[in-house]
Amino acid sequence: MSDVVIKAEGLGKKYTIGHQAENGSYLALRDVLMENARGLWNKTRDLARGRPLIVGDTHEEMWALRDVSFEIRRGETVGIIGRNGAGKSTLLKVLSRITEPSAGRVTIKGRVASLLEVGTGFHPELTGRENIYLNGAILGMTRAEIKRKFDEIVTFAEVERFLDTPVKRYSSGMYVRLAFAVAAHLEPEILVVDEVLAVGDAAFQKKSLGKMGDVAREGRTVLFVSHNMVALRSLCPRAIWLHEGKMQDDGMAGDIVADYLGLQTAALHEQRWDDLATAPGNEMVRLHRVWIEPEDDRGVTDMPRETPLKIGVEYWQFDPAVRLHVNLRVYVEQQIIAFTTASSEDSGWQAMSLRTGRYRSICVIPAKFLNTGQHRIYLRFYKSDTKTIYTLEEALVFDVIETEPRQGTWFGRTSGAVRPRMAWSTEYLGQYDWNC
Amino acid sequence: MTSDTTIASHDEPVLVLEPGRADKHYWMDLWRFRELFIILAWRDLSVRYKQTVIGVLWAIIRPFLTMVVFTVVFGGLAGLPSEGDAPYALMVFAGLLPWTLFANSLSEASNSLVDNANLISKVYFPRLVVPSAAMVTALVDFLISLAILAGLMVFYRYAPGPQILLLPAFTLLALLAALGPSLWLTALNVKYRDFRYTIPFIVQFGLYVSPVGFSSQTIPERWRALYGLNPMVGVIEGFRWCILGGEAPLFGTSFIVSLVVVAFFLWFGISQFRKMEKSFADLI
Repeated sequence: MSDVVIKAEGLGKKYTIGHQAENGSYLALRDVLMENARGLWNKTRDLARGRPLIVGDTHEEMWALRDVSFEIRRGETVGIIGRNGAGKSTLLKVLSRITEPSAGRVTIKGRVASLLEVGTGFHPELTGRENIYLNGAILGMTRAEIKRKFDEIVTFAEVERFLDTPVKRYSSGMYVRLAFAVAAHLEPEILVVDEVLAVGDAAFQKKSLGKMGDVAREGRTVLFVSHNMVALRSLCPRAIWLHEGKMQDDGMAGDIVADYLGLQTAALHEQRWDDLATAPGNEMVRLHRVWIEPEDDRGVTDMPRETPLKIGVEYWQFDPAVRLHVNLRVYVEQQIIAFTTASSEDSGWQAMSLRTGRYRSICVIPAKFLNTGQHRIYLRFYKSDTKTIYTLEEALVFDVIETEPRQGTWFGRTSGAVRPRMAWSTEYLGQYDWNC
Repeated sequence: MTSDTTIASHDEPVLVLEPGRADKHYWMDLWRFRELFIILAWRDLSVRYKQTVIGVLWAIIRPFLTMVVFTVVFGGLAGLPSEGDAPYALMVFAGLLPWTLFANSLSEASNSLVDNANLISKVYFPRLVVPSAAMVTALVDFLISLAILAGLMVFYRYAPGPQILLLPAFTLLALLAALGPSLWLTALNVKYRDFRYTIPFIVQFGLYVSPVGFSSQTIPERWRALYGLNPMVGVIEGFRWCILGGEAPLFGTSFIVSLVVVAFFLWFGISQFRKMEKSFADLI
């Protein structure tokens, strides 16, 4: 049961990058000649030794992977996360033998198939049918294997009618569907997948993710790189986090993803000013503190969608004659205002007596109302309903994440500025009744 | 990380990836990927004949016109002797056949890795598959132009002797002669992209230093060994021996030297290719 199929020990991958040295303002001809002569000599030597030639005066070593060790057991589905350039793709390339490691060693048991890009080797001039055989062979399938699965592949890709059309005439959707279908029917012991699920339309993504889930359930080992954290958490029980080429963490996907997302965002969950003189504001109002917190702590740094979120604003009021409205404008991505809300919505607000001093306004956003993604809050103070007194742009910045695994197979983002939970009910009304 | 967990070897192959580790399974892997070889060769062929309407025709026209020009220039204007009583055109064509095979193989194979960069950087397979599959197109062109040879023989009423049966062996020799330098060039091409500009030059230059338009008999005896350093000398002599019969003597000094050079280049090409192969994905 618990046999190890991939074992990486101190794995490292080094790339050498050449730099042009920063030169001073003038160059002596002698230096130039010397540099060229030395360069020529170095190049000849490299050429003779079969080493890669690198252009530039100084060479810098860059470790894309450094000292990475882990073990993966048979049948495990492991997600690999990390920022761009963290070494995820390099790791997959080493594991799938595309490039050789510079240090350490990997022991692999079983056949590895890598899916680093759908449609690798597709030729536009060839027909769909020909490309299925070509792509299958490139991915390591035998002709007999492809023949056996041919119909299944075609059905999955929904391209029956266009089988004998050159793929250059395919729509991009058809192309991607066909490419993924071939890859999805690979049957290696170990499958290495890089970000290929982000292709196609929503319906096809759903289908591909379902297929990925099937592969994992069949007891095959899957390594999965994705930026879709919802999909990753739902498909992979375990995750490995790479940061700048090193192992940052390895463990339960839920915890790792939460930690990773916490580090990722430039979130602004609280701002506080203790000095009345320098706090943002003017002669009528000054801010003391603005913050956001989830009503129940789920141990994540981001704002969970599934719990009410509390936004608090504390401020000093200096003018006893005005009734201040605290107005929150909630922006989602692409500068879209999801909604605007103000403290005046509170029925008790009108009845409050006016006086100077410190106030605290709390706004509670109900659970399962916001959509996932980054939110920014612009804070405004109004007087007499319409006149803006003070504005603080980007008072708060936070990411809303889903913390509960989803049912079903769709892990994409639901569209919409908000995602309120609606009251729905469906009931059965009986057989057809034409007289009704 | 528990160090005592070892990988038990069942029926599955156990693969160890380490820097600089010589791959024991390399030749076995190459055999396992033979279907990829076939399918890549088939892809190159079908794309070639789909894109050019005169694909097949081109394989006939080009060597035929070259033969006409060489016969006129070398045989007619320069008045060089043929081999024995063989017609000059036939002698030229018997040399042109292996030369075209060699030249096309060399150009196709030398560019093959760069042309298949997207495969190299995305999937693993023994990289040797790519340049060798690229040579199949040249082989098919060669087979097509054999038809002209047959036509010429009928035209000149020149029947070949039993040694024509050895032609496949010399075809293989021509391919091997091309494979060695091709592997080296294609690997260098990955590193230094401007290397491919040398290939048309090699091909053009080679055409004149090889005994294509003339018989190698015209070379003085004492220079033959030196001349044999050009591996195509041996290959062309072999072809002429097969096609023209006993008129063209074989197994001279130049032929032996050429064989040694072919073997050396094959060894050199493969070892250079293997050495650079592991870094292809990083450089391409």
